[in-house]
Amino acid sequence: MNDQTQDADPQKADADIQQVNAEDADPQDADTQQANDPEADAQETDAQKADSTGSTGAEQPETLRAYFQQMTLIRQFELKAKEMYQRAKIGGYCHLNVGEEATVVGLMDAIAERDYLYANYRVHGYAIARGLEPGRVMAELFGRTDGLAGGWGGSMHLCDAETRFMGGYGIVGGQMPPAIGAAMAISHRSDPGPESAAVMCLLGEGTSATGAFHETLNLASLWDLPIVFVVINNRVGMSTPVEKASAEPELHKKAASYRFEGRRVDGEDPVVVRDAAHEALTQARENHRPYLLETMSYRLKGHSVVDPARYRTDEEREELAENDLLPRWRSRLIEDGVLTEQDAETIEQEATETIERAVEFADDSPAPEPEDLFTNAYSTGVANAPSAMPGDRVITL
Amino acid sequence: MAVISYREALNSTLRSEMQRDEDVFLIGEEIGTFEGSYKITEGLLEEFGPRRVRDTPISEEGFTGIAIGAAMLGLRPVLEYMTLNFSLLALDQVVNHAAKIYTMFGGQTTVPMVIRAPGGGGQQLAATHSQNLEVWYAHVPGMKVVAPSNPADAKGLLTAAIRDDDPVMVLENLSLYNTKGEVPEGEHTTEIGTAAIAREGSDLTVISYSRGVRTALQVAEELAEDGVSVEVVDLRSLRPLDRRTFCESVQRTTRAVVLEDDWLSYGIGAEVAASVQEGAFDFLDAPVRRVAAAEVPLPYAKTLERAALPDADDLERVIRDVLDATSFTGEEHS
Repeated sequence: MNDQTQDADPQKADADIQQVNAEDADPQDADTQQANDPEADAQETDAQKADSTGSTGAEQPETLRAYFQQMTLIRQFELKAKEMYQRAKIGGYCHLNVGEEATVVGLMDAIAERDYLYANYRVHGYAIARGLEPGRVMAELFGRTDGLAGGWGGSMHLCDAETRFMGGYGIVGGQMPPAIGAAMAISHRSDPGPESAAVMCLLGEGTSATGAFHETLNLASLWDLPIVFVVINNRVGMSTPVEKASAEPELHKKAASYRFEGRRVDGEDPVVVRDAAHEALTQARENHRPYLLETMSYRLKGHSVVDPARYRTDEEREELAENDLLPRWRSRLIEDGVLTEQDAETIEQEATETIERAVEFADDSPAPEPEDLFTNAYSTGVANAPSAMPGDRVITL
Repeated sequence: MAVISYREALNSTLRSEMQRDEDVFLIGEEIGTFEGSYKITEGLLEEFGPRRVRDTPISEEGFTGIAIGAAMLGLRPVLEYMTLNFSLLALDQVVNHAAKIYTMFGGQTTVPMVIRAPGGGGQQLAATHSQNLEVWYAHVPGMKVVAPSNPADAKGLLTAAIRDDDPVMVLENLSLYNTKGEVPEGEHTTEIGTAAIAREGSDLTVISYSRGVRTALQVAEELAEDGVSVEVVDLRSLRPLDRRTFCESVQRTTRAVVLEDDWLSYGIGAEVAASVQEGAFDFLDAPVRRVAAAEVPLPYAKTLERAALPDADDLERVIRDVLDATSFTGEEHS
């Protein structure tokens, strides 16, 4: 596949992503599936179904509405974060999940409370969909004490250990080795089975070129670890297309090198993502084996809020905007009779209000005090721990 | 007290901590079936089985992260790098992850892991296998770094490290493994972050750590015959650094020399010298001198390796220089 073609034609990619992994795929079958044809879905086997799009008919309307509501909330949160960044309320780097909302919502519906989540640095939406207050997420972006990491982490390093969201990690690939460590701890203490916890480790497609990726996949398989690696393939690492970063751009196939299962699915349909993730997690917990799930979506904005994405042509930008998953999902739910236009507007209005409250909460939260600089320096107190502020003497006798 | 080797002290400490706490497990290359490249983990696979003594493939970055993640979920990994040189392959995991996770996430999750690794030259292992690198890790907030110089501290510091909830690096030294000393039996911990006066003296303070302490004690013994009273401070802990102990020593002796096996520039000696001029400036009779390795990749040839590494003769020469420069007569302490 050619990235230029893909970027220029997101609709075509919907057909491409029907590709499944080498073990269970018949590429010809996959290619001929119609991406948005509910009737075609009806004829599929259960196993094939998870790879396809357009399966709203089988879902409870309230589930679909909830997905639309969450996707809308995340979209509005991210656009507000962008605005707040431009107003200098947020500093540092700020990476948005815009275009990834369906993946976020599908994955976070599939993951169980007992499971552990390790993420990369494009992570605001996951925290919200994991059930954390948008206000606490925004407060972290604002660098306030009520933020998820008390203002220490910022956008890239959200964390909530209580809900087993074990952190967003700023170094590409850095989250992968600790994630299999968590999976090792699970397998160290418990047997495989439906009650076992599992780990979900999120990464971008660019991560597949790192050494950590390969060491991690190898160890996960060698040691039979209960983990699902989710490669969120938005087709571009900063400006580098996946074809220029990976000799095998169908990343789900890399799992085969380590003798475990991989699969590529449409990341723009939360139902598809949820079902695939659920199946992957079930395999991980019941067999204590790794699984690689690749979700295909588009990064609709720049790499971070300060990136105007000049490497994209005007035409590409227009096409991305025209094929934005959120309006498409909205239209589809209205067409399918799941939502009325008025329902959709109400959901959008409520999301706007929630985000306004999140901003107010963040604004009202106090900034951390400089005297707390060393409060969390060490967990176990230690003699002679450094406490000098800039310009202080290091020793006074 | 039993007289045992540094190696035996480490081995028996690992054994007793694994018996004490089921969450303690070992991870590293060739630590199980092979029983460790330097046999520190001898007999432990047989006693505790492969679940507690985990042989890894050659994947330093991967298995360092495994230790981090397992520690985040409450296990207590004790990781071995075959030599400290190989830790460079895992630098991102140690510096960007182990050292930062507790603080960066606002104190939500601890990382109770221990990293053990032997460093040091003098074995003709040439440039890539003879490094010290302790300052690389001692530089990083969030880490605790200790470097025991004798079997008793090897036991005491390793025990403290395993029971600590933060990542602790325990730096061993190839040339210390066969050295012997008295080790307290039963429960024995050494407080991390504290230095020790390894030998009392009144004319000059030598500040060192790890192998350097042995050299310093030997030189102090020899100089005592010439009427020179050398105090030896064993830093034991490189982060945190116990500045008070060595500054107070220098206030008493008025002269200071730092001995380190590592390269000179930006080293432990530089940090100690800067601290001494801040904590004991008015007491100093002479500038602080540093005795450290020549700044070259360590060579293989014995003649070159010997020349590059600081030894007892180098230390004694510098001590005599400092004494001469301050018109030392040997009567100060009479």
